[in-house]
Amino acid sequence: MSTRRVVAVPVGGANFGSVRRAFERLGQAIEFSSDPAVVRAATHVVLPGVGAAAPAIAALHARGLVDVLRRLEQPLLGICLGMQLLFEGSEEGEGEALGLLEGRARRLPPAPTWPHMGWNTLRRSVDSPLLAGIDDGEWFYFVHGYALPVGNDTLAQCESGIAFTAVAGRGNVFGCQFHPEKSAAAGRRLLANFLDL
Amino acid sequence: MLARRIIPCLDVANGVVVKGVRFGDHRVVGDIVALAQRYAAEGADELVFYDITASPERRRVDVAWIERVADCLDIPFCVAGGISSVDDAGAVLAAGADKVSINSPALRRPALIEELAARFGSQCVVIGMDTVDGRLRRDSGRPERASDSGLELLDWVREVESRGAGEIVLNCISADGTREGYDLATTRSVRAATRLPLVASGGAGRAGHFAAVLEEAGADAALAASVFHSGEIRIPDLKRTLLARGIRIRPVPPGGLQGAA
Repeated sequence: MSTRRVVAVPVGGANFGSVRRAFERLGQAIEFSSDPAVVRAATHVVLPGVGAAAPAIAALHARGLVDVLRRLEQPLLGICLGMQLLFEGSEEGEGEALGLLEGRARRLPPAPTWPHMGWNTLRRSVDSPLLAGIDDGEWFYFVHGYALPVGNDTLAQCESGIAFTAVAGRGNVFGCQFHPEKSAAAGRRLLANFLDL
Repeated sequence: MLARRIIPCLDVANGVVVKGVRFGDHRVVGDIVALAQRYAAEGADELVFYDITASPERRRVDVAWIERVADCLDIPFCVAGGISSVDDAGAVLAAGADKVSINSPALRRPALIEELAARFGSQCVVIGMDTVDGRLRRDSGRPERASDSGLELLDWVREVESRGAGEIVLNCISADGTREGYDLATTRSVRAATRLPLVASGGAGRAGHFAAVLEEAGADAALAASVFHSGEIRIPDLKRTLLARGIRIRPVPPGGLQGAA
């Protein structure tokens, strides 16, 4: 039995079930909680989320989670909108996000289509245990209209009109713009790597 | 650069997949979960489930089968049929669907698009459109009620984009079921009118039809039902053909033919 205790913090949007099921397919139970004590006690924290940035940022502040998440030392993985919340903020909505990673999300250009929806490939720029066994050119499923420019915390990038950050990381903090829970075998590998951190 | 997507559509009635004809007798094709897993393992990029019982009988989509699909599927899927309110959409998304597709309810009350986009984000708000001769049809799934909506197709395309839709599924009625190819001219006209991701539907009969609608008409994705269910076109073969023609496609996952783990 695993001694991990994985806690996901539900902010904004729906579809937390997909994240739960993806971890369960790896044999890992996951609980959802916004309780600061439960989040602090986790071995691994996941910040999932789809939808708009503004209500999610507001929810983090309203639930008193900003300081809790900023002070975590255990592995933290933000997914899609959850990844964007790890950065300083977003053009999509007012409010200060967590600021654990450097940069602000910007609206992707409307070319060729907007939002960026579908399968696209990664180009790795920095080695990371989160990406162990995931090669350059691996396919992941993306659905988003805003993205982080390539910056100091970029581990891998992707392109939709412009290059953007697909995977980010610094210390214990990681984020992926795509949905590993919907990215078939490559997504399973990334989530398994996260659990091994 | 994004890959073009291949999307099998599964018509669901009373919890099983039925033949991809939305009217008349429904022949049972198979178990939802088994078929969904097979398509995912074969390299489908996404699945659409059309609940054909929900809409005509004016009841909500039964979420039990959505949960069963979500438990086993690790590619995205969209649910259409019977979703006419924010609460309906919320129930379907909470059951594990990634997107909801709305057709006639959005025509009846266009503000529903904004409400869904504000609550769940544009990325999960798909607008289905049934079109013939550049006009938009309403209630196509209910033959006794089907009628002209009073709207031009391209006007509605621009309106749903401005209201915050995240994707369009365009079903061209005169091509649907013919297996003589997608309606390239209509698909091209919609492509030129919007930046939204565009899924072409109706008319697929052979691999060349998929290539044409993706390459010549600029669709981001091609949806089909009966040619996949019957086995006439196998997704791995289709994807190999499209890749050989230089179309950017996510290759069939290794081991995909043996079935997913």
